[in-house]
Amino acid sequence: MPLRETAPKLTPEQYEQSFADIAPRMNARQAAIESARCLYCFDAPCTQACPTRIDVPGFIKRIMTGNTRGAARVILDANILGQTCGRVCPTEALCEGACVMVEKGEEAIEIGRLQRYAVDHVLDRNIRLFHAGAPNGRRVACIGSGPASLACAAALARKGYAVTIFDRAELPGGLSTYGIAAYKTRVSDSLREVEMVKALGVVFRQKVEVGRDVSFAKMEKEFDAIFIGVGLGETWAMDIPGEDLEGVCGAMEFIERTKVLPFPQVSIGKRIACIGAGNTAIDVVTAARRLGAETVYLVYRRSEKEMSAFPYEHELAKNDEVIFLWQTQPVRILGDSGAVTGVECIRTVLGAPDARGRRAPEAVPDSLFTIDVDMVVRAVGQKPVTDFLRAVPGIELRKNGTIVADSGHQTGNKKYFAGGDCVNGGSEVVDAVAEGMAAARGIDAWLGETLGAAQREN
Amino acid sequence: MADLRVKFCGIESPNPFWLASGPPTNTAGQVMRAFDAGWGGAVWKTIGERITNTSSRYGGIDYNGAKMMGFNNIELISDRPPEDNFREIAEVKKRYPKNLVIASLMVESKRETWHEFVRRAEDAGADALELNFGCPHGMSERGMGSSVGQVPEYTEMIAGWAKEAAKTPVIVKLTPNVTDVTRVAQAAEKGGADAVSLINTVNSLMGVDLETFSGRPNVGGKSAHGGYCGPAIKPIALHMVSSVAKAVKIPIAGIGGVGYWNDAAEHIALGASVVQVCTAAMHYGFRIVEDMIDGMSAYMDDHGFRSIEDFRGRAVPNIRDWGDLDLNYKIVADIRRDLCIGCQLCYVACEDGAHQCIEPYAAAGNGKKNSNGMGVHVPRIIVDECVGCNLCALVCPVEECISMKEIDEGKPFESWKMRAARQ
Repeated sequence: MPLRETAPKLTPEQYEQSFADIAPRMNARQAAIESARCLYCFDAPCTQACPTRIDVPGFIKRIMTGNTRGAARVILDANILGQTCGRVCPTEALCEGACVMVEKGEEAIEIGRLQRYAVDHVLDRNIRLFHAGAPNGRRVACIGSGPASLACAAALARKGYAVTIFDRAELPGGLSTYGIAAYKTRVSDSLREVEMVKALGVVFRQKVEVGRDVSFAKMEKEFDAIFIGVGLGETWAMDIPGEDLEGVCGAMEFIERTKVLPFPQVSIGKRIACIGAGNTAIDVVTAARRLGAETVYLVYRRSEKEMSAFPYEHELAKNDEVIFLWQTQPVRILGDSGAVTGVECIRTVLGAPDARGRRAPEAVPDSLFTIDVDMVVRAVGQKPVTDFLRAVPGIELRKNGTIVADSGHQTGNKKYFAGGDCVNGGSEVVDAVAEGMAAARGIDAWLGETLGAAQREN
Repeated sequence: MADLRVKFCGIESPNPFWLASGPPTNTAGQVMRAFDAGWGGAVWKTIGERITNTSSRYGGIDYNGAKMMGFNNIELISDRPPEDNFREIAEVKKRYPKNLVIASLMVESKRETWHEFVRRAEDAGADALELNFGCPHGMSERGMGSSVGQVPEYTEMIAGWAKEAAKTPVIVKLTPNVTDVTRVAQAAEKGGADAVSLINTVNSLMGVDLETFSGRPNVGGKSAHGGYCGPAIKPIALHMVSSVAKAVKIPIAGIGGVGYWNDAAEHIALGASVVQVCTAAMHYGFRIVEDMIDGMSAYMDDHGFRSIEDFRGRAVPNIRDWGDLDLNYKIVADIRRDLCIGCQLCYVACEDGAHQCIEPYAAAGNGKKNSNGMGVHVPRIIVDECVGCNLCALVCPVEECISMKEIDEGKPFESWKMRAARQ
């Protein structure tokens, strides 16, 4: 991508320092002290706040007693992506936010870090905690290899299903591999988790696009049930002039480059604007700063109060000295010789709240101004993979492009189940895991019924 | 300002805080530094015929991150020649005439040997003598220490031998490793002892290394039982001090689990005139006495006690037989909703471990939220079912959240003894 001006390259040490683990793993002593602080609540609020219902006090007490392997088993039994979740969950809005220590006026127990401590313990030592169940003769396909599919596949494999994952990407792991800031997890971290699922006998078929490389008809013939966990697709366009200039890209594409390329090879402007104020936007602006961009703007048409990024994420960007342009709407991307040179913006005021209670931004007349940038990253949300989903026979889509599924995650076509972002429209990794596991239960229940019926007929 | 000076069998101590016989009182250098820090007296590391110690010697029990909640040792008496110890006692007394140096003695059970060591200690200038009939480990295998203290007759006899030669007060140090400590205390009194000190350490094994299956402390893969002490043993000590306070007329030096001024005050309230401290000084050094002096003075000032005697033994009449307790006294638990953090430890403790008198949050139907807007599940006491056992208040991690409220049911005092007498 030819940019007008690129950020100066850093030394290898500087890159590693910039992207160093944001919540470094605990050592044994830290884990012992922190785990001892846990009150071991009964019917604990942290567990209730976890979408995957991890028995948090149960695993923390196991860490305290030195039964770290048992702690990991408790975590991974409920959530096979316990490692990623320990690193990327917005814990302050989930388990740690509900921790009774908050009401006690003390620091919440560092549940996320303790979780990671326990899971790292078994991953580092290649300890196998789970095994494939005795084969039950049933075959299930999972489309997509992100958190929802991995969770669904692992749960089914443990019950004895033969599971195959189909994924169009080169590497497995979906968002865990490609879509999370490098200072939270690296590709290698995600792949270690994938290995756990592989160890259960799950077959991964990467670079295979269902509907193109293999037909739905063939899938339906070969598999007793099919789980759709394809997540979301590309970043939405902003529909403003200049989006086709060199130097404009989507947030997911940008983050993916920071994950799969060596840091010095990631093309980065000296000055960057990121449009949007969600958690993904934070991943973009912090990565941009850490890659050496000198000036990074976060441009948002509403105010700080409306930003959807978690406070913790907002704080990260502030610490990275990102410049926040609140109530600022981009109207045109400016270019010269095909490369981005700036963004023309207009100030907004917030009008009356809309149906969802969000105040609509309205442009302030005569308030146009220009920011001088070499690169623009759109972080205004991801599109559903509508073309793919429309091709799945018999499934129903909502207006926003998400899949309609029942409480057992079964779709309009009984053979298809679905979960994760392609159903919920975009949520946390832990939600995708919870839905993948729920779908596995749904599949097991449905196939169990049909299996039972078949046996009765015989 | 409260007067902390204490008279203890005729000798005056600047304050009731003494170092107990043990590693902190092994040398003149330590004892003098202790006196500089503020300790009123020091019972010298037990002197006797020279022994050899093992390595290692100590073991600790940590609890929930707190170090050395319990401590034990398999160290024997002083491994220095008696003449060195006596020479150093003389040196310390010369430089610190106002502080008390008590010579702790343990020798073979021969009248002449006891006479000899009593004389040598007094010649060195010791203010008093403490006969170590308490150590449960090592020396007991050689017929000394708790081997003596576990037999009232031996205790009486050897206390008598010491008294035959002694001009200074004789204190008998008692072992808790007996069925009834009062019998031994009475034997010491009968033998002529001027005071008793208790408790010595509790017989113990600190643990097992689950990899090597050696015990702790580990001496080349083997271990032996030792003496347990530290904060963990205070309740045992308080019970024994209060029992002895009722059983003998001679003064008591309270020992066991004293780390802070309030521990000392409890010993004193149960009848001790002075306290002796070892483990806490081994953990934190001699400086701990500064707050002992300061805190005790403040406590006494706050309560109008001008001297230790003003509150010494004040709690003793309140320690009774179970049969004297009021069966009609009733309390029930009360949870403060504003303080409750929703851990539900009270609920599970009562439900599984006590009397099923607490309902979990769901049944109580409350809507308390924390600052993050997340639910705080306040359980509810079933008042009619509550037996007033204290368990919920004990497990509650929040100060003052659960309290036990007295319920006046208008019933007269009735003890089990009264009820039994009527039937």
